[in-house]
Amino acid sequence: MTMPTVSTAPDGSVPPSLGRLPGTLTQALLLSRYQFRDYLRARRFILMMAIVAFIGAILSYVLYYFNGAGLNSDADSFYGTLWAGGVTVVIIFSGIIFGGDAIAGEFQYKTGYFLMGLPVRRASVYVGKFLAAFAASVVAVLVYLLILVANGSRYLGVANAFPVSLFESFAIALLYMLALLGAVFMFSSMFKNSLYAVLVVAVLFLFGFTLIEDLIAGLVKIEPWFIITYAQNVISYPFLATLPPHVATVTVGRGGSITTYSPTYPEGFAVMGGYFLLTAVGGLALFEREEFT
Amino acid sequence: MTPSIEARQLTRRFGTFTALDHLNLHVEGAKCVGFLGPNGAGKTTTLKMFTDLIFPTSGETFINDISVQKNRKAALAMCGNLIETPEIYGSLTPREAFEMVGGLRGMNAAEIRSRTEIVLGEVKMEEWTDQKIGRFSKGMKQRINIAASLLSDPEVVMLDEPSTGLDPRGMAEVRDIVRGLKKGRRLIFMSSHILSEVVDVCDEVALVNRGQLLFYDTLSNVEKRLSSGTTSIDLSFTGPVSDDTIGSRITSLPGIVGVSRVDAQRLTAMVAGGPQVQAQLLEQLVTAHIGLVSFQPSRSALEEVYLQEISKGDS
Repeated sequence: MTMPTVSTAPDGSVPPSLGRLPGTLTQALLLSRYQFRDYLRARRFILMMAIVAFIGAILSYVLYYFNGAGLNSDADSFYGTLWAGGVTVVIIFSGIIFGGDAIAGEFQYKTGYFLMGLPVRRASVYVGKFLAAFAASVVAVLVYLLILVANGSRYLGVANAFPVSLFESFAIALLYMLALLGAVFMFSSMFKNSLYAVLVVAVLFLFGFTLIEDLIAGLVKIEPWFIITYAQNVISYPFLATLPPHVATVTVGRGGSITTYSPTYPEGFAVMGGYFLLTAVGGLALFEREEFT
Repeated sequence: MTPSIEARQLTRRFGTFTALDHLNLHVEGAKCVGFLGPNGAGKTTTLKMFTDLIFPTSGETFINDISVQKNRKAALAMCGNLIETPEIYGSLTPREAFEMVGGLRGMNAAEIRSRTEIVLGEVKMEEWTDQKIGRFSKGMKQRINIAASLLSDPEVVMLDEPSTGLDPRGMAEVRDIVRGLKKGRRLIFMSSHILSEVVDVCDEVALVNRGQLLFYDTLSNVEKRLSSGTTSIDLSFTGPVSDDTIGSRITSLPGIVGVSRVDAQRLTAMVAGGPQVQAQLLEQLVTAHIGLVSFQPSRSALEEVYLQEISKGDS
């Protein structure tokens, strides 16, 4: 908790309404509470739950149809296949749904005129909304996790349904969520129209970054370490007995070769953390300069 | 501390367009000040810079001597405001929204509860305390916004055209609310382009046009300004008024500098002089027994001055 802000007038007196203003972080936490409540009651939350339920239902049906789909012998294979692939999709959708219009919507729907007329720093509004979007996204990921664990309990047995690797991977997924939300909030700060913000984020994270990653690795033949979708591959590492080689070159045809890249743990953490810090700071800087014209 | 607001050399440019041009305005004391001007004059731009929604190109705004640009949080702590019909998160109820606002303003739970009851009562919305704001009409939302701006009982209240977009009943209710605010020790600064609204509720008026302050004065002084000018007065009679009557018994009366016919029973007289000249003229028209039933200035004193000043600026 930060200390209350106290400012004085030129005559040195402290106006009574001023001495008790909460600090910036306290205000951010308070805002996040009401923003989170708003998320939980909004149609977007139902939409997100429907997306998670849809993904979970398909996975559950496939497992049921193929009686475990050959994954029921080992918890790491089970979660490595089902969790690591699906959770990134859930995170991307939740980022788009909860963060896409988080800042742009303040301008577009004029809610910002209400909030920004209050004695709060813009940083409090930004951080408060970020925390709320993060919390709502965590709920979505937890629901997805719950669906998988329910399936895991059925096919692996309850005793094997909670491997440590799953919690490790969950923690890494949260780091990816922070990085993605940071980027989403930055784009949301760039535009005063939420549709543009949502579109840019959806295109970049669902197709754009992956395409750039493939082009860089395949054509330019350099490691795409700076692409966030490359870094997020480490989410699946806790389930692997041995980590993939950082760089692997396979000879194909008559003297041709294909080079594949895999991020190391430190690389993945550093890139995701870097994305989070840079985009969060960049987004906040943009929001600080945006005007409610 | 006496509530005050001040704009110091306030300038704002949007590209090549100058919305505000070195505006200086200092308002102090518990009173209601109307901030008048035609569309695009710079009223909302000024209010937005007082609430840090937009930033000055140069100059500064102050609330209770605290710079909004240097310390928005401290400056706005003493200010409730309503700029451009804001929206509150639709899934929240007024009670929840006010808990949030009160919390951000550092009020404790008991204060928030009691003030919520008071301010919702002031805007006649107490029956809607626990309904979702998203379901409210525009007028109801505006009342909730006004109530939210009053929650912390601020010393300074800034209202940007608070009755805009409301139906006649809603407009009248908002005026009642603003009149009610004057009972406190507040400084109310209200932008409007509805002159009757300003005359109805304000003590003083500041007129801005093309980004410049034309005058800032009390309403009574504005009326005095007219005493040396010409006022247009509408006259209605019980029956048709002949040209002879106009020529012999009306145009010759002291103070009248011209008469034009609206229809058979209605005339418009141009009168040189202020309220005293007009009172004498009314007396003489009545004693002339020519069937006068109505004697009414075509425009209020404020309207006359407004039009004069705006046309001066435009020319």
